[in-house]
Amino acid sequence: MENLVYVALFAPFVGSLFASLFGMSERKMFVGYVASALLATAFAASATLAYNLFTTGEVIHVTMMDWISAGDISIPFGFVIDQISVTMMVVVSFVSTIVHIYAIGYMDHDKSFNRFFSYLSAFVFSMMVLVMSDNFAGLFIGWEGVGVCSWLLVGFWYHKPDQAREDNPSISPSWAANEAFIMNRIADLGMLVGIFIIYWNTGSLQYDEVFAQIPYLSDTILTTAAIALFIGAMGKSAQFPLHTWLTDAMEGPTPVSALIHAATMVTAGVFLVIRANPLFAETPEVSFFIASLGTFVAFYAASMALVERDLKRIIAYSTLSQLGYMFAAAGLGAYWIALFHLAAHAFFKALLFLGGGNVMHAMHDELDLFKMGDLRKKMRGTWIYMTIASIALAGLPPLAGFWSKDAIIETAFNEHTYILWIMLVITAGMTAFYSFRQIFLSFHGEDRHTALGFHPHEMYKFVLVAMSPLAVLAIITGWFMGAYKGFIYQLGEGVQYEMSEHTHHLATYLGLIVIFFAVSGIVIAYLKYARTGEKAWKRNEEVEQGFFYKLLKNQYYVPKFYEEFITKPYAMISEVFWTKIDLKIVDATVDNIAKFFYSTGDKTRAMQTGNLSNYLNWMAFGGVLLLVIAAISAMIG
Amino acid sequence: MIGLSHYLIVSAILFSIGLVGVLRRRNLLMLFFATEVMLNAVNIAFAAISHYYNDLTGQMFAFFIIAIAASEVAVGLGILIVLYKKYGSLDLDDLASMRG
Repeated sequence: MENLVYVALFAPFVGSLFASLFGMSERKMFVGYVASALLATAFAASATLAYNLFTTGEVIHVTMMDWISAGDISIPFGFVIDQISVTMMVVVSFVSTIVHIYAIGYMDHDKSFNRFFSYLSAFVFSMMVLVMSDNFAGLFIGWEGVGVCSWLLVGFWYHKPDQAREDNPSISPSWAANEAFIMNRIADLGMLVGIFIIYWNTGSLQYDEVFAQIPYLSDTILTTAAIALFIGAMGKSAQFPLHTWLTDAMEGPTPVSALIHAATMVTAGVFLVIRANPLFAETPEVSFFIASLGTFVAFYAASMALVERDLKRIIAYSTLSQLGYMFAAAGLGAYWIALFHLAAHAFFKALLFLGGGNVMHAMHDELDLFKMGDLRKKMRGTWIYMTIASIALAGLPPLAGFWSKDAIIETAFNEHTYILWIMLVITAGMTAFYSFRQIFLSFHGEDRHTALGFHPHEMYKFVLVAMSPLAVLAIITGWFMGAYKGFIYQLGEGVQYEMSEHTHHLATYLGLIVIFFAVSGIVIAYLKYARTGEKAWKRNEEVEQGFFYKLLKNQYYVPKFYEEFITKPYAMISEVFWTKIDLKIVDATVDNIAKFFYSTGDKTRAMQTGNLSNYLNWMAFGGVLLLVIAAISAMIG
Repeated sequence: MIGLSHYLIVSAILFSIGLVGVLRRRNLLMLFFATEVMLNAVNIAFAAISHYYNDLTGQMFAFFIIAIAASEVAVGLGILIVLYKKYGSLDLDDLASMRG
């Protein structure tokens, strides 16, 4: 079993190294095949480990080597395979295998094909380190690793020129990559502080040892540590106010958006909260804040998705919104439900994104929904996949999203946090509306693209076949919720969560309310966008000039606010520091020292007359000077 | 009574004369003479102090200096002759070929 752990961990790493050998050379198909095969190996290993854990319930601890040991510090490179990490491993390796195969088709015209695979596999390796590590230090390494890979991949098309913010809110891939990296850096500082606080007070970073000491720590320390760790989670999972990077990160290639910015990396924050559940369980105020923030983000992101025209950005908003749901569940103590929603979400969201990638590929990188319409005749496979994914996202039974999301909404009811419950229910309706608005605008209604000169074509067959496991999982994952519950309950009381009797009785009605909201969202979207002929959807300039539309369209002016009140003042301060302090003080000091030596040299050069007599005079002068100094120092000394 | 300090004063005066000679003279040959004066000023000091402490080391040192001075003059004069043959002058102001 121990070997399987290493296979799951290092197969992606080997794939990355292999692909990087060909990083500078032209496209080589076998690079994609090898990387995908290695990812499939990692998935097979993860699945075996999961099966083994399911049947025997034995948690595996592996210590690969001593990593840092100096004085009292001892941080081994260790990995733990328990119910939480194995869930993540299976999800990550599974989705990334499919995304790798998908990318062979999607990136086939890109001249940096090989480089892409080396980054993508490196990302999977970092993510594996993140989820498998048995201590906070290893988690942090993986955390930073995925951050770097995200930066590399968002900025993959770094050669694209900058555009004005009015034309493209994310300006350019390199801009978006930097934004994502810097925002994560801000949050990572919080996370690092949290890790320091933990180490300072417990003397260890191993999860087991840290959590064993929690009862002996004061509330203040626990709360500070929980807040600091959650700040890290907020950055990685793009929670308000550090959320703007996620939608801008859509500048990256679509497989990247599907893998990193929907299914895996952005869920790392949720994973952290679940992983550190003994800590968060002891800090109810922080947990309640997490739940409230999650609910707020769920609603906030969904509202922005209502008016968005960019296909990928809508999916990005829905990711943001679903992450909010996960945090709501985790904050309310239903850790296993959060983890289950994370897994289900990974499947249907990756499917949705990859379908979006097909549309983008077919439309020659055009993402504006207003320029599509009636694509289903030309892209039947993609249409089916995206409809399945959207139903799952909207939360209609019996697809995956219904079970997990309904459980979260039920949790909010169960905890008597009715405001959160109402907001989550409304958000469920909004989710259904915007996801079907997108489906109807792109695949149904009037044909708007032919007039604009687009001739869409379906994606390669093998890509569609490769996507089918995701579609199957998007449908069936929810049916295994009971089995999964039993699986994760083996881990102990920390992750167990049961609805009260009262909620249990009302569960059917609660579910029906959610379904009612979702269905009405879909019906409204259908009436507005899907019809053809007389009642076909038309752009309404009046609405687009309205206050709410503009507010939502401009993302509540948050990016604008950041630009005006953070970026620009920062640039101004930097300018001042550069011209006033750097040039006038730091550089000037260094320059003047050099100038001093130049000028003294220039002046004393006159001594060099070539006349022996003058030299002798100087020599005598020096001798006398030394004598005088010696005499003076003798007198003083 | 002539004491140690008298000898040392004579030595200092001689040394100063030699030093001024080194600094002021322009003729290389005169420079040599001035150096000899300085060396002998030191010799006087050595001999006097050696006598004062009843220690022969100083006088031995003076002999060494005389011997070395003699050989130095021999070598120096040789160089001077070569210089004179080459430039036709021993004036230091004419020999400033290393001007920077």
